[in-house]
Amino acid sequence: MYNPQLTSDGKLKHLLSIEGLPKKVLLQILDTAESFVGIAERDVKKVPLLRGKTVCNIFFENSTRTRTTFEIAAKRLSADVINLNVNTSSQSKGEAILDTVNNLIAMHTDMFVVRHNQSGAAHLIAKHVPDNISVINAGDGRHSHPTQGLLDVFTIRKYKPDMHNLRVALVGDVLHSRVARSEIHALTTLGVPEIRVIAPKTLLPNQVEKMGVHVFHDMKVGLKDVDIVMMLRLQNERMTGAMLPSPQEYYKTYGLTPEKLALAKPDAIVMHPGPMNRGVEIDSRVADGGQAVILPQVTYGIAIRMAVMAILAGGSA
Amino acid sequence: MKILIKNGRIIDPKNNIDAKQDLYIAAGQIVGIGQGPKGFTANQTIDATGLIVAPGFVDLCARLREPGDEYKATLESELRAAAAGGVTSLSCPPDTDPVLDEPGLVEMLKLRAWRHNLARVYPLGALTQKLEGKALTEMCELTEAGCAGFTQADYPIIDTQVLWRALEYAATFGYTIFLRPEEPFLAKDGVAHDGEIAGRLGLKGIPSAAESLRIAAVLRIAQETKTKIHFCRISTAEGVALIREAKKNGIAITADVSIHHLHLTEHDIGYFDSNAHLKPPLRTLRDKDALCLGVKDGTIDAICSDHAPVDDDAKLLPFAEAEAGATGLELLLPLTLKWSVHHKVPLSHAIAKITSEAAAILGINSGDLSVGAHADIAIFDPEAHWQVVQTALKSQGKNTPFINMEVTGKVLYTLLNGQITYHSKMESI
Amino acid sequence: MQLPNPETLLSDISKKITALIKPDTAMIGIHSGGVWLMERILANLEQEVPHGTLDAAFYRDDFAQRGLKNQSQAANITFDVQGKHIILIDDIFYTGRTARAAINELFDFGRPASVSLAVLINRGGAELPIQPNIVGANLALRSNQRLQLWQTTQGILNLALENTEDADHV
Repeated sequence: MYNPQLTSDGKLKHLLSIEGLPKKVLLQILDTAESFVGIAERDVKKVPLLRGKTVCNIFFENSTRTRTTFEIAAKRLSADVINLNVNTSSQSKGEAILDTVNNLIAMHTDMFVVRHNQSGAAHLIAKHVPDNISVINAGDGRHSHPTQGLLDVFTIRKYKPDMHNLRVALVGDVLHSRVARSEIHALTTLGVPEIRVIAPKTLLPNQVEKMGVHVFHDMKVGLKDVDIVMMLRLQNERMTGAMLPSPQEYYKTYGLTPEKLALAKPDAIVMHPGPMNRGVEIDSRVADGGQAVILPQVTYGIAIRMAVMAILAGGSA
Repeated sequence: MKILIKNGRIIDPKNNIDAKQDLYIAAGQIVGIGQGPKGFTANQTIDATGLIVAPGFVDLCARLREPGDEYKATLESELRAAAAGGVTSLSCPPDTDPVLDEPGLVEMLKLRAWRHNLARVYPLGALTQKLEGKALTEMCELTEAGCAGFTQADYPIIDTQVLWRALEYAATFGYTIFLRPEEPFLAKDGVAHDGEIAGRLGLKGIPSAAESLRIAAVLRIAQETKTKIHFCRISTAEGVALIREAKKNGIAITADVSIHHLHLTEHDIGYFDSNAHLKPPLRTLRDKDALCLGVKDGTIDAICSDHAPVDDDAKLLPFAEAEAGATGLELLLPLTLKWSVHHKVPLSHAIAKITSEAAAILGINSGDLSVGAHADIAIFDPEAHWQVVQTALKSQGKNTPFINMEVTGKVLYTLLNGQITYHSKMESI
Repeated sequence: MQLPNPETLLSDISKKITALIKPDTAMIGIHSGGVWLMERILANLEQEVPHGTLDAAFYRDDFAQRGLKNQSQAANITFDVQGKHIILIDDIFYTGRTARAAINELFDFGRPASVSLAVLINRGGAELPIQPNIVGANLALRSNQRLQLWQTTQGILNLALENTEDADHV
């Protein structure tokens, strides 16, 4: 079966979405990331794997945080990094996405990290680059944010190694979230037995159960005995789109407070892809509390991105 | 010019003919079937052994992109595509630039099409000025200029009061209103069917309810205004059910479906293939099955190509940003045949869906092989395989979800008014 | 071909390594054979010697052809490399590329005063101007032969030689 992310012998060629990645490849990325975690603690935080290679961050949608973590990851692999914020350059003059990409190909870069506000943008670019260029999806519309999904399961594996016995709850705007979709695919591929989504009906995709999740509308019921609570960010547009009345009501019904967290298992961990809306989806006492692993997520994010780039840049034995 | 088409299997659904007979043409008209007029000597004989001789196809929706969008396609290229597809009569929607809301524009289009002499063009006029859904167009003047009916193309009227009055005004004169049923707010910004696939792919969906709600609303309005309604491009099982129910209750409506919705579903989006970005969107297997059954049992009267050539650049964009539409004139025959074979529908019944039934909806004198009718004929090989590649398509639009696939059914000759407008061995005519 | 007894070889090189130990000496075992050897050597020493491990996976010169191998380990060096006399320990010396990679990785941790290389077996076939300082045994093997060291569950070292299809050298 044709899979745009893999070579004909099953090796990773592009990282576009977690959906479609065989379990073997997912584990390869996680295991490789493990060996990169320690590098941040050295004095010389670099290894020469991508020396001489150029990684191009093509961000059609702004994000300083994500772009920075990709930049750090590439530099720790000794790659040269180019940052292209397409909003501020030729795209605003109406240049077509593939024209921008073609220009960069002509400049002989080796790897593209792409973020775009349209679902499917990374797939489109991957279809059109020559064989020697790899594409990493840093987020496409509502569809996928694979490195976030990977770093989230990596984090879960660190704190709760027995993935086959976990109950995970995703809380918030699943409908608009590429992070949620990637997380659900990663968790199902790794065999996590119970994945719950907790949200009002207006924030859930039609037929979301088909993705392998249990739906809850009552957070107090949905959080009972879960091991992992993954909070999703609420964006302002949801109020203007008539999906929610106000952030206050959202906080009351779906915000994670210490009282609600207490319904989960006593050793449950709290995760958030960032940036957080304190007082909207998460209470500061929880965000800064002992059960939150939000900052380690960021650290692991760099190791995961290094692992992805290293696997893509390496040949196949 | 006297032409004899011999040894072909004549299928003329309107006149209930399905038999091996010869066809006699003179002065642009059919002058005999089975037996020629006395003293007939053919100037040209076409040997149709092993081939089907059918009325030239009538396509209820084919966009010719003129005026205004000539970079996508031209009258000439698309009329050639029509001839290559065996289509001798077609109806084009008014969503051109400028919109076909003035008699002068309609006359100009008809004249320019007539000059090419490749197919008969029956434009549909805009139901409201500039298709904006606010002010009525001069429907009488437009009909006089040659419009076969009126439509809002892909721009449903938002103001229900305006919709009511437009339908009511049209009913005064007995005009047919062609509507693609879609509730404008539920469909806003949607690019795929609101279901499992759109959920996974992160695409904004258009729920089936957008279609069925609008069908129900229009049916209710037409009940009062007594307007002749034709529903275009039905895409949902719910829609088929509503139309079936309405017909059972004696309401005089007709409906069509596009070739794409008889064969494809939301799964054909695959990895964001923009060739599968269509309006209305491709829906579920259940919807597809209901549509196929709906055509078979007559709930849906006709099949059309929904021809929409798009320039390559407009498809080389992320799915939601890509322009919707697929080239279809040359696939009307093979895809209709594929549906008929798959659902065990007799060939004559299938051909009716793209000839006599479509002609009746447009109210034109075409789509049959009666003696005295225009000699608009399609001669095709129902068993011929061909591959849908760019070079095989005469249309300027090469955008189709069927690209690189093999299809069965090839037109070998097309005649318009007794003149050969297409012969498959010819490169240019 | 008759293979030497690795336990005997270990005994030999242990003595030579012990003779090198100075106040500023540290040992680093190269995964995975070199680490086993180093652990055995340390167990027999009377003194405490700072030690660590490294994999050199990220410093190899064949990454572009072969990618990362499955079980790469991060280096575990907790002492300060600066100014130390480092003894690198590996099981089999072949082309010298692993040693080159290990030295490069080591230098990212600091500037050692000196680096020595101790190996159980030198199988001949060096492709770089690098030679081990301490060798248990020299064998002359062909490129289609593969030599492997392994450790039994009781911790006894064993050697095996097999013929390979292609020149799969490291």
